[in-house]
Amino acid sequence: MPFLEIQHVTKQYAGHLALDEVSLDIERHSVYGLLGPNGAGKTTLIRIINRITAPDSGIVLLNGKPIEQSHMHQIGYLPEERGLYKKMKVGEQALYLAQLKGLSKAEATIRLKHWFEKLEIGAWWNKKVEELSKGMQQKVQFITTVLHEPELLIFDEPFSGFDPVNADLMKREMLALRDKGATIIFSTHNMESVEQLCDDIALINQSKVVLQGNMNRIRAEHRSHIYRIRVEGEAQFAEGELPFNILSQTTSDNKSDLRIQSTGLTANDCLSAIMQQHSIVAFEEELPSMNDIFIKIVSR
Amino acid sequence: MSKIGIIIKREYTTRVVKKSFLIMTFLSPLIFAAMIVIPLWLSSIKDNSNKNIAVVDMTNEYGKALQSNATYTFSTTQAPKGDIGKSNLKSDFYAIVVINGDLTKDNKAVTVYSEKQVELELKSEISGQLSKFVEDKKLDAYKVPGIKKMMQDARTHIEVTTKKLDENGNEALTSSEMAALIGALSTFLIYMFIFMYGAQVMRGVVEEKTNRIVEVIISSVKPFELMMGKIIGIALVGLTQFLLWVLLTLIISNVAGVAMFGTNLSNIQNAAQLSGTDMSHSQQVALGLFQGLQGINFIEIFCYFIFYFLGGYLLYASLFAAIGSAVDNDTDTQQFMLPITVPILFAFYAAIYSIQNPDGPLAFWCSIIPFTSPIVMMVRLPFDVPLWQKALSVSLLIITFIGTTWLAGKIYRTGILMYGKKPTWKEMWKWLKY
Repeated sequence: MPFLEIQHVTKQYAGHLALDEVSLDIERHSVYGLLGPNGAGKTTLIRIINRITAPDSGIVLLNGKPIEQSHMHQIGYLPEERGLYKKMKVGEQALYLAQLKGLSKAEATIRLKHWFEKLEIGAWWNKKVEELSKGMQQKVQFITTVLHEPELLIFDEPFSGFDPVNADLMKREMLALRDKGATIIFSTHNMESVEQLCDDIALINQSKVVLQGNMNRIRAEHRSHIYRIRVEGEAQFAEGELPFNILSQTTSDNKSDLRIQSTGLTANDCLSAIMQQHSIVAFEEELPSMNDIFIKIVSR
Repeated sequence: MSKIGIIIKREYTTRVVKKSFLIMTFLSPLIFAAMIVIPLWLSSIKDNSNKNIAVVDMTNEYGKALQSNATYTFSTTQAPKGDIGKSNLKSDFYAIVVINGDLTKDNKAVTVYSEKQVELELKSEISGQLSKFVEDKKLDAYKVPGIKKMMQDARTHIEVTTKKLDENGNEALTSSEMAALIGALSTFLIYMFIFMYGAQVMRGVVEEKTNRIVEVIISSVKPFELMMGKIIGIALVGLTQFLLWVLLTLIISNVAGVAMFGTNLSNIQNAAQLSGTDMSHSQQVALGLFQGLQGINFIEIFCYFIFYFLGGYLLYASLFAAIGSAVDNDTDTQQFMLPITVPILFAFYAAIYSIQNPDGPLAFWCSIIPFTSPIVMMVRLPFDVPLWQKALSVSLLIITFIGTTWLAGKIYRTGILMYGKKPTWKEMWKWLKY
């Protein structure tokens, strides 16, 4: 049974269909990427999971039960539109948000101290938020999202506005949380991070799910039979006898790098054709990037 | 602690430790007290310099009527030759009084010349002394023996005492002035609190929206809980401020009373009652006001004050919250404020006019209609309002604030998540139906 099931969710705003019969299954302990162009309905879907917005029809099941207000303690949500009270002290504010998630003050204090040390912002406990740099505020927001150790974490555009150092830190922490047992949903436009993090993805376009499943399988399904090959010496092939087209070729250091696209034959056929004339140093299939798949599907 | 409790606690504590709150709370009673005490004190300081006044009496009859006192020394002088303005009297004296006609026949025959604007005290001094003198002179002319004593006897000032009867037929002294004063004061306080704290609710909501923290919070609590937490938290701030004001005013006025009169206010009242007849008119007015306090049911008025304070605040605060949720920043609030400020302002003016006629139709209707009743009813209460009217006003107010809170909650829920769109009334109407 999937951890989170979204079944036939439809949401209509005045004169605009935000979600149309969206169904998704999200497995436990996975990182699930929610992709789609701006305005596709990702944030609406996330808000429905968080019970901020109610769907017109369809249901959301958590652990097989319809999601309700009491489940909110098991969810950590970092919205795309996120901020903090500027005039409040960092520690007080983090405590406040933690208490709203149902933690006792004592428990929240212990956990917060731990996280503040871990992310090296311990000295900022008594500073006002407005004195913090944006990066530090982002760390505080991240901590308050995960502090109550939710089973389900939802990040909406988590890396927007993050500097590369913090973005990398976030990615590591997200994977660490998954390894400890959390299930993570995140929406992003950053395809590189999708490739680094996601187990499964769903692509939403114009209010509909147009693609979903295991990311590696999706990439494999969309492969265009392009291989990268490195051979000894300068590669030269006689015309007309090859089972592939050469897309590009560069030579340096007495080695040649080729990008080839097979013409309907398997990788083995290509390899054996090359082996007859050159000694192979490296061979790999070039899977399409998520970026390519995204653009290909969305612009279709 | 429940979540709404946590929100109330934050809203309350972050506000009561603010400098602006502390300054406002602790300085206002001092400023109020200063506004009363300082003019009193200043007026009690006499100008001790003696002023020389020349009296030029063409009739040789009235000049002697002007008696010198601590402030003014009158000296009869010869009329200068030529223009008074060019004579040396101008430089030698503070002012010149010229009497150039028989005052029994022409009461305008006195003129005071001075280089400066003649002060009121001098004018009334001269007028008083001459009037008394002329009055006596006229009475003498009648040649009736003992006429002066008869005149003194005949002079009368009627004091009207108002007493209120309760159901048991017991009477209590009342004072219409005191009732009006209490009504006006509580009305003004409620009016001020609704505006001040309603606007705080609105700013708080706008702040959460512009800070982008609101979505983080409503992933933990329902939007309605957040809104109510804020409204209740700020109401408690208002109550705290009010109670501190009452307390501080009592302390300060007693301290000031002791400092100025050597005794506190209740002793002054007792002293005044004991000393009985030898009181000036102003003392009698003051005593009347103090005695009027006995006729007013303070506990009842206090309870209604708290109720109307909360009811009026809840009614308007939820509307303020709805507006705050619909806009993106403080400046955009202006256009939506109007429909809220108009009834509050109207209520305030209606209250002012109702002081004159607390049982008139304007006062009656405005104290029943929920949007104006919190402000207008307070004016009427010290004048005793029939129970059915109070009950009707209270229940309508309760129903209405539940209604506005519910409506505001719906607008709020949608509004706080809307960014970048400038809402219209039509748009907000649609949000009600989401």
